[in-house]
Amino acid sequence: MPHKRLLLGLLLAPALLWLFGLIVLPHVDLAILSLRARVAPGEYAPSLRQYGTFIEEPLYWHTFVRTAVMSMLATAFTLLLAFPIAWTIAKIARGRARSLMFVLCLIPFWVSETVRTLGWMILLRESGVLPALLVQLGLTDQPIEMLYRDATIMVGLVYTSMLFMVVPLIGALESLDDTLIEAAYDLGGNGWSILRQIIIPHAAPGIVAGCIVVFMLTLGNYLTPTLLGGKNSLWFTEQIYTQFITRFNWEQGAAFGFLLLILSTAIVWAGLKLSGQRFGDVMRRA
Amino acid sequence: MPRIDLETRGVVKRYAGLVAVDALDIAVRRGSFFSILGPSGCGKTTLLRMIAGFLEPDSGDVLIGGQSMARVAPNRRPVNMVFQHLALFPMMTVGQNVGYGLARRGLARKDIEQRVGAMLERVNLPGSQGKRIDQLSGGQKQRIAIARSLVLEPTLLLLDEPLGALDLKLREHMKIELKALQADFGTTFVYITHDQSEALVLSDHVAVMHNGRFEQVGTPQSLYYEPQTPFVAGFVGANNRITGSASQVSGDLVEVTTEAGLRLFARRRGEVLPGAAVTAFVRPEVATLARSISSLPANQPRYQGTLASLLFDGANSAVLVREQASQTQFHIALPQTGQFADLAVGEAVAFGFDPERALCFADAA
Repeated sequence: MPHKRLLLGLLLAPALLWLFGLIVLPHVDLAILSLRARVAPGEYAPSLRQYGTFIEEPLYWHTFVRTAVMSMLATAFTLLLAFPIAWTIAKIARGRARSLMFVLCLIPFWVSETVRTLGWMILLRESGVLPALLVQLGLTDQPIEMLYRDATIMVGLVYTSMLFMVVPLIGALESLDDTLIEAAYDLGGNGWSILRQIIIPHAAPGIVAGCIVVFMLTLGNYLTPTLLGGKNSLWFTEQIYTQFITRFNWEQGAAFGFLLLILSTAIVWAGLKLSGQRFGDVMRRA
Repeated sequence: MPRIDLETRGVVKRYAGLVAVDALDIAVRRGSFFSILGPSGCGKTTLLRMIAGFLEPDSGDVLIGGQSMARVAPNRRPVNMVFQHLALFPMMTVGQNVGYGLARRGLARKDIEQRVGAMLERVNLPGSQGKRIDQLSGGQKQRIAIARSLVLEPTLLLLDEPLGALDLKLREHMKIELKALQADFGTTFVYITHDQSEALVLSDHVAVMHNGRFEQVGTPQSLYYEPQTPFVAGFVGANNRITGSASQVSGDLVEVTTEAGLRLFARRRGEVLPGAAVTAFVRPEVATLARSISSLPANQPRYQGTLASLLFDGANSAVLVREQASQTQFHIALPQTGQFADLAVGEAVAFGFDPERALCFADAA
């Protein structure tokens, strides 16, 4: 027995080291950082001033709430778009068509996120492809600026997140026995009732897993909102970046980072409670 | 004139040019237990799915309770199906499973609860509404699957080999239970299976299906004792199958001579011309086994042989006997009198059978 435990410890050592050294330690440091204030050059005292600033300054918490709401919306849109795709791949397509469709979902990820987002900018900016096309078609008098709008940020976020929703959904839907659907149909069910009573309950762990991953990726995304939304994006990660890099106010940045961590934890917890799923079950599907 | 609950008229289904179901006509009487028996790939599942509405026939019509079902979706047909692996909804409780169809019909919650309760009592699972599906045993799941369909009072209940996944002991038990349920509810059952014992035990009428066609439709007794085709003779029950040529035909009796030189007599089914290639069938229980040839009735052909193998299976025990001259193997049932309890492999034995109870078919040209 002691041998077995030692072996287990050794096997887990790299993961534990990584977890402790790269995640726990910096967070402890950030926590300390966020809870102190500079009283004199090189002199610090424990303080809640950073958190106070967040509450007092409307821009900060406005950005905070906006980021949360936009991320939830993006997650919902991604789910709505990904579900039919995952259903087609898992239940309808066969053989080559199936692999091809899956590859089509994967292809955008062969390009780095920066290049992909820059591609969107080329398409959408005022002098870009899409506004020019709209003018050519006579739909608009002059090219319109499509960048720096909330809708554009949303499109970019959904596009970036798609694969992370499709994959767990395919897994969840594939494991659904087709005869359950036939049985429900045979017993008088129709499309909507079967979706609501058979398919969604069965796929719930996969749906929740996809939503958690997409939500966290979206909430913590920096590049897409910044590039597509510009100064109007008002994304909370941008505030953190500004505090750390531009303002060199590490204490404030650390406090923001912690607030974001609390926010994502709270929303994921609420989502699990609302959907009646257990975290362990969900993560096995992700 | 009894009412016909299920009728098919010239139903045809092809898959990529292959005929799966070939111009089938069935008429199933109200309240009867009708089985479709056939080897896998004979088209029985295709036929069942056309009756349930999951497949459209290429031509022909399915009538249920006298109504044509052409272009009627499965959820609108007065037919329910018990699936091979039951397809109970694991995300619902037993009560929700049984009440699913009623809820879809828009019944009030109180009515549903009352009907589900009554149905669970009828299948001997009272008070199990709150249980999860994975808390049920195999037999209980079976009963819930049937209850879930019967609570809708369908004209017709289709059963797609529902006993296939059960172990032997439970399967034997469920056969009896299924027959009792059908008698109790009086619903018309259409049961498909590849297991001839299930079909014989359960059914009022059995259709033996082969290559998309019915070889024979009749009572279990008529299929067993009076098979009309060699396929039915070979598929229903155990049989010794002996191929040879008709060396003599006199009235109903045919003398069959095999290549190895064995000669035997059998009653002909259909036309058999002298010299034609034929197949004879002798059931294991038709042949009589004896220790010496003199103890067999003298008015029947008698053979000598050696015991090649003992197949002990309690009441179904049998022996393999190798006929002395031709080395042909015969599968012979062991009488339950105990006089053969000490029989040993290699022993010399004798056997004979009544030619009237052996059958002979001319081979298809």
